[in-house]
Amino acid sequence: MLNDITFGQYFVANSLIHRLDPRCKLLYLVYMIVLVFLAQNVVSLASVALLSLTIMLLTRIPIRLYLKSIKVVIPIIIFTAVLNMFYSSAEAAPLVSFWIFKIYSSGLIRAGFMAVRVLLLILLSSVLTYTTTPNDLTDAIERVLSPLKFIGLGRAIHTMSMMMTIALRFIPTLIDETNKIMNAQKARGAELDSGGIVKKVKALLPILIPLLISSVRRAYELAEAMECRCYNGGKGRVRMKQLHMKARDYASFLVISAFLGVIIISNIYVKIGVV
Amino acid sequence: MDNIITLDKVSFAYESEDKNYEVLKDFSVSFERGTFNVVLGHNGSGKSTLAKLLNGLIKPVSGTVSVNGLSTLDDESDFIIKKAVGMVFQNPDNQLVSSVVEEDVAFGPENLGLSPEEIRRRVDNALKAVDMYDMRLNATHKLSGGQKQRVAIAGIIAMEPECIVLDEPTAMLDPKGRKEVIDTVLKLNKEKGITVILITHFMEEAEFADRVLVMSDGNIISDGAPCEIFSQVEKIKSAGLSVPQTTDLLFKLKTAGYNVDNNVISADVCASIISDLIDNSLKK
Repeated sequence: MLNDITFGQYFVANSLIHRLDPRCKLLYLVYMIVLVFLAQNVVSLASVALLSLTIMLLTRIPIRLYLKSIKVVIPIIIFTAVLNMFYSSAEAAPLVSFWIFKIYSSGLIRAGFMAVRVLLLILLSSVLTYTTTPNDLTDAIERVLSPLKFIGLGRAIHTMSMMMTIALRFIPTLIDETNKIMNAQKARGAELDSGGIVKKVKALLPILIPLLISSVRRAYELAEAMECRCYNGGKGRVRMKQLHMKARDYASFLVISAFLGVIIISNIYVKIGVV
Repeated sequence: MDNIITLDKVSFAYESEDKNYEVLKDFSVSFERGTFNVVLGHNGSGKSTLAKLLNGLIKPVSGTVSVNGLSTLDDESDFIIKKAVGMVFQNPDNQLVSSVVEEDVAFGPENLGLSPEEIRRRVDNALKAVDMYDMRLNATHKLSGGQKQRVAIAGIIAMEPECIVLDEPTAMLDPKGRKEVIDTVLKLNKEKGITVILITHFMEEAEFADRVLVMSDGNIISDGAPCEIFSQVEKIKSAGLSVPQTTDLLFKLKTAGYNVDNNVISADVCASIISDLIDNSLKK
């Protein structure tokens, strides 16, 4: 169960996307999310989907890893789609009608759009985390937010990015630990998979408490180790990897911007499958 | 003698709700620059407390700990002391900060505020010194215990300390990982001249030390070269420790009336002594 969580992990590969400047990748994610929601008709959404698919293929990471990241959020996607299905104006005769529920063709299109949008959001965020080391990512967040230091938030930004680095570092460690505790409790006769929802939640307690205690102990030891390595809250800290924008970063910006043009133009001229 | 760390009449107690646990009392010891020191002791002998005192992670209740003449009680010199005395802990998982090997090794030098080029040079050198350079881009959580511990050591030596304190670095490792770590530490001592203070309860790790200290109940009960220490078999056993199997075997032979030296640790030397013994008895 826990091994299915691939979201937020980094996969080593040597690709163009891996080599892009992490700051650019972070901004592109925001940019792509805007594109996903700007797409108002089938043509523009398809072109964003095509662009996303091309980016995914360029990462040289097996598609099945992306599918894994979607698996966890399928219930959310279905929920969003179903909700959107009923949310439409009655401009024509309903396709299906029972009791107070009426489904219109525009509702179906809306549901489809929403599902594709959420899907693309997850996939694009996965591209960012799969191809960027957690340290690069937090580094990028720190640098993108760095103008905030002029309003006295410099320390807060550093602390936040340090916390993210450590959280990401300990995700696999804590997953291993959870599996160990689960096995230990199973060996003592705990039934984790049977019973109703209340029983299952109650069965989690003997797993969460040891996990919490051991995390606190880990945190304490890590703090000592960091102190021994001269960490004092980020004062006077210099990063080994300095970021420099390269030709490929500017080129990628042009490609993505071109797609913005395609979407704006198709939103104006294409009238099929409009939401 | 050129001492890098000196403890002078140090006392330390852990405070608890009802009473104080005094771990060390009027404890004095010095460590000579460039030497390989091993501190042995069973659980509760105060050896981990000693480790944390050495770089000012904890401060003595009375007495002074000085590193290169600077007292750990002085907050001003805290940074310089931590830079000079690196520390490696028992659990390799809980001292790695980053998910990527080279980024973790860079953590210490980054805190020192060096130039990016200098950090890169130190990280590469440190990774080569612990023989992990080829794995510099790997994820830390996928390494074996011994490899993780070597990355932790690289993280310390990238700060170019004068002394490394290792607090039971092999306690959670399998025999293979244990050997990797000890070989690495030995190499650093011999090739780079870094002072090593290795705290452990594995006797075998004391074999190559310049000096062995045996601790029991917060006191040093033996202090000397490894062969000197281990020839005092009964004294070591009274401290709740065991002696290396070779020394133990030779000690038993000696008490049984055979004429052998029992101040030997190396298995090869022990084997040759026993084969000589067999040869001699065959000749008779």
